[in-house]
Amino acid sequence: MARERNNVFSNIDWTLTILYLVLVLMGWLNIYAAVYNEDHKSIFDISQSYGRQVVWIATSLFLGLVILLTDARFFSTFAYVIYGLVIVSLVAVLVAGSEVSGSKSWFQIGGFGLQPAEFGKFATNLAIARFFSGQHVNIREFRTRIIPLVLLGIPALLILLQNDTGSALVYSSFILVLYRLGLSGNFLLAGVFVVFAALSTLMAGPLYVMILLGVLAGLLFAFMKRNRRNILNLAGLLLLGIGFIYSVEYAFEKVLEPHQKTRINVLLGKEQDLRGAGYNVNQSKIAIGSGGFFGKGYLNGTQTKYNFVPEQSTDFIFCTVGEEWGFLGSMVVIALFLALLIRIVNLAERQRSDFSRIYGYGVAAVLFFHFMVNIGMTIGLVPVIGIPLPFFSYGGSSLWAFTILVFIFIKQDANRNALL
Amino acid sequence: MANRSLASRRQTIIAIFVAVGLIFLGRLFYLQVIDDSYELSANNNVLRYVTQYPARGLIYDRKGELLVYNEAVYDLMVIPRQVKDIDTAEFCLLLGISHEGFVTRMKKAREYSRFKPSLFEKQISKETFGYLEEKMYRFPGFFVQPRTLRKYPRPMAAHLLGYVGEVNQSVIDKDPYYKSGDYIGISGIEKSYEEILRGKKGIKIRMVDVHNREVGSFQDGLYDTLAVMGSDLHLTIDGALQEYGEQLMQGKMGSVVAIEPSSGEILAFLSSPTYDPNLLVGRVRSKNFSMLNQDPVKPLLNRAMMGQYPPGSTFKMVNDLVGLQEGVLGTRTHYSCQGPGSSPIRCTHNHQSPLDVYVAIQQSCNPFHWHVYRSILNNPARKNVRENYVAWRQHVMSMGFGHKLGTDLQYELSGSVPEAARFDAIYGKGRWNAMTVRSLSIGQGEILVTPLQLANSAVVMANRGYYYVPHVVRTVGEKDTQRGRFKKVVSSIDPKHYEVVVEGMRQVATMGTARWYQVEDITMCGKTGTAENPHGKDHSLFMAFAPADNPVIAIGVIVENSGFGSTWALPIASLMIEKYIKGEVRRKDIEDRMMNGKLF
Repeated sequence: MARERNNVFSNIDWTLTILYLVLVLMGWLNIYAAVYNEDHKSIFDISQSYGRQVVWIATSLFLGLVILLTDARFFSTFAYVIYGLVIVSLVAVLVAGSEVSGSKSWFQIGGFGLQPAEFGKFATNLAIARFFSGQHVNIREFRTRIIPLVLLGIPALLILLQNDTGSALVYSSFILVLYRLGLSGNFLLAGVFVVFAALSTLMAGPLYVMILLGVLAGLLFAFMKRNRRNILNLAGLLLLGIGFIYSVEYAFEKVLEPHQKTRINVLLGKEQDLRGAGYNVNQSKIAIGSGGFFGKGYLNGTQTKYNFVPEQSTDFIFCTVGEEWGFLGSMVVIALFLALLIRIVNLAERQRSDFSRIYGYGVAAVLFFHFMVNIGMTIGLVPVIGIPLPFFSYGGSSLWAFTILVFIFIKQDANRNALL
Repeated sequence: MANRSLASRRQTIIAIFVAVGLIFLGRLFYLQVIDDSYELSANNNVLRYVTQYPARGLIYDRKGELLVYNEAVYDLMVIPRQVKDIDTAEFCLLLGISHEGFVTRMKKAREYSRFKPSLFEKQISKETFGYLEEKMYRFPGFFVQPRTLRKYPRPMAAHLLGYVGEVNQSVIDKDPYYKSGDYIGISGIEKSYEEILRGKKGIKIRMVDVHNREVGSFQDGLYDTLAVMGSDLHLTIDGALQEYGEQLMQGKMGSVVAIEPSSGEILAFLSSPTYDPNLLVGRVRSKNFSMLNQDPVKPLLNRAMMGQYPPGSTFKMVNDLVGLQEGVLGTRTHYSCQGPGSSPIRCTHNHQSPLDVYVAIQQSCNPFHWHVYRSILNNPARKNVRENYVAWRQHVMSMGFGHKLGTDLQYELSGSVPEAARFDAIYGKGRWNAMTVRSLSIGQGEILVTPLQLANSAVVMANRGYYYVPHVVRTVGEKDTQRGRFKKVVSSIDPKHYEVVVEGMRQVATMGTARWYQVEDITMCGKTGTAENPHGKDHSLFMAFAPADNPVIAIGVIVENSGFGSTWALPIASLMIEKYIKGEVRRKDIEDRMMNGKLF
């Protein structure tokens, strides 16, 4: 037993662990700066969010330790059970949860709130990894395609019902995992096309996008092998594309609420609404932009400290980085995240068990999605979708969930030789 | 095989990560390094520039007595966004406003801005502020801004001091110093010395959070500027004399101006009827202003500089001086007077005939002065009447008539000495002569003077031929910056000729029309005037200086519609002279009669 424990610590990937620790520590310091309060100068003051974050960090490290000491096979064995439990909690929160700023996604326990949606990510990741590591899966078969969609769809739908669109969208990130598993690259392209077509439809109107589509189809027609199958495929795709463009237009005009439309229009630059929907992004851009190259210096940011940026310690925590640490600091943070993501992918690739590798890719995909959407929205490249920046944003549930997500992978990786 | 090709997808996935990272870096580089506008926006967000209003400079009289000081009041400001859950009823009670008043004020403030402070109630008294201050914490969104208002310990010299009011838009557009809600001198000294009195506004740069709460000073006040109080003014005015003059002029319309001949310093400058300058201060200003403005006796009119009257007989010495200078009159020249039967101008006084210039001044003989004036205009030394007239006019203007004297007060009128062209226009060129313009010989007709010019002409007589531009400010602050600012103006008449008319004026006071109002031990030189007024009863005028040989005071008095110069203007002038030189007045009977005389 003693030897095995020693093995855990000597085998874990310290690069990944240290990257994790550095990001958590930086996050904490930035939360302190974001809500810095003259009356509560101690960074450990429990009445302030930076004081409470200490509690979350300590408990997260404890959780990490527990995971490292747990048998690695526990997670693959009980993957579906854990998934099931989380699904139950997602249903339960719909019934018994309390509403915080429009989202019914919180369990109130004492003074602390718990957000089950955060835990859906690692649980689903476990389930997906478990499913694909099983025998007889073939990504080209219908059954193999439909079951992961269901596994992803159930939590996504439940979270959508909680009115937490951002967290639901996270599940789309698993397309990267599927891609690694052999899903055709066309799906990635299709994904990019869908986003591009939707955005350009909203910006330029459906007519221009259709002309563009027609030109593309014409070019393809001119250069492809003109057999019956290809022509039918092309025609089908063209119809699909036109249908999609019209649905986007229809959905935008008829389905979306006015405030959602404004939010999208502001993002697309079609509308200036600096007091309303555009306020967050505008203030966020001001905060980051005013940082300059070297930043204003730690605790010297005025935009975030004086609350011009809303939710500056949670979803908009990157503003503090940008304002106080400038371009230099932003570059460091982005570099650290990229290092983390690349490290995870590389580690995943060296796994001998399919479960560990697939799980590893899931970790990278989820973290990447958060990274892309969160920082993207603070600098006005992505619509304001309220999801946290991993390890940085204040919040117990998200820090716990990301810690569990990452540490299960660290545990799997530490155990990679033991399995075979 | 399949596995290896799939493993290569790692590269694609990493490429996607890196691509997103690079896009972010590019965007961040643009936002943070290339585009400066965000830094500016951040400053606009967080910095609030709070104006620090300086107190206006104080105003003292020539003896150091305080005439104008400042009293603290408080403007109640509101930031509508921060007003929450307040007890409106109690608030209204404290301020003494109605609930409707509260609602309309809030609406107005909200229309201006929900985030920026706007004026809720201006100029709350110290007392109300005292009540309010203790309870202020219960009314979030409200705060007070200290301001100062003018206060006058002795209600006098209203026209001279002028008043202060809120700056209007056209001034704001022209002068970037002024912002809406600032105070500015509108008339009198407050206007002409505005830049000295106003001081310098300061700016405190405060940092505010998103709720507009102050969270500290910007860079520890490095860029703050302190308000600099306005400089004090020491006037040439003698407060006691001014006040005495206003008492004498009670119930009469007109003006008294007294000047120190040796310096041009104005000792008293009053226009009657007057008003308490405290009426045009603060919240009651606009109400009182319209009340005063509608008063038929026009208390707001500054008659001392803006009233224009025919000088009447007080002008006769001026013609004598021109005659002496032009050589058409000598001390031994005699003309005869037929009294009331004289032609073309009757004489209203009973005196010897024929008479010389001394007696003519002493007795204010009209026919004598008609002869003098006729010889000036018919002087054979020049080609024609018109040229003689132009020469006469130049002499007259050199003695301070017909043009603004250039005092340090605003809105001075120039009086009038008509140009030759004016008669050309009326009668035709070459078709007018001494006979046509004969009224000018006795200071009637087209000639007009202001009380200030009348007093100034006494200065010219006293100085035997020159005056200093009359002015009211002696020193600014501790520095004597006014010295040399007010120029000496020398008339075109030889000083020796002045001795002649001054002798005449001395006889006026000793033997002539003013002999009943001699001041003990003081030789006064003066001249009465009774100006015909086409609109009503004659104006009573008097100009004088004293003592004769070493003049310390020159004075001009005009009492409208009061008859002979010797009835009102003369006694008032003599009392003023007594008051100024002796410090107190012993001729109580005359004083009583003057003070209690009600002419309107």
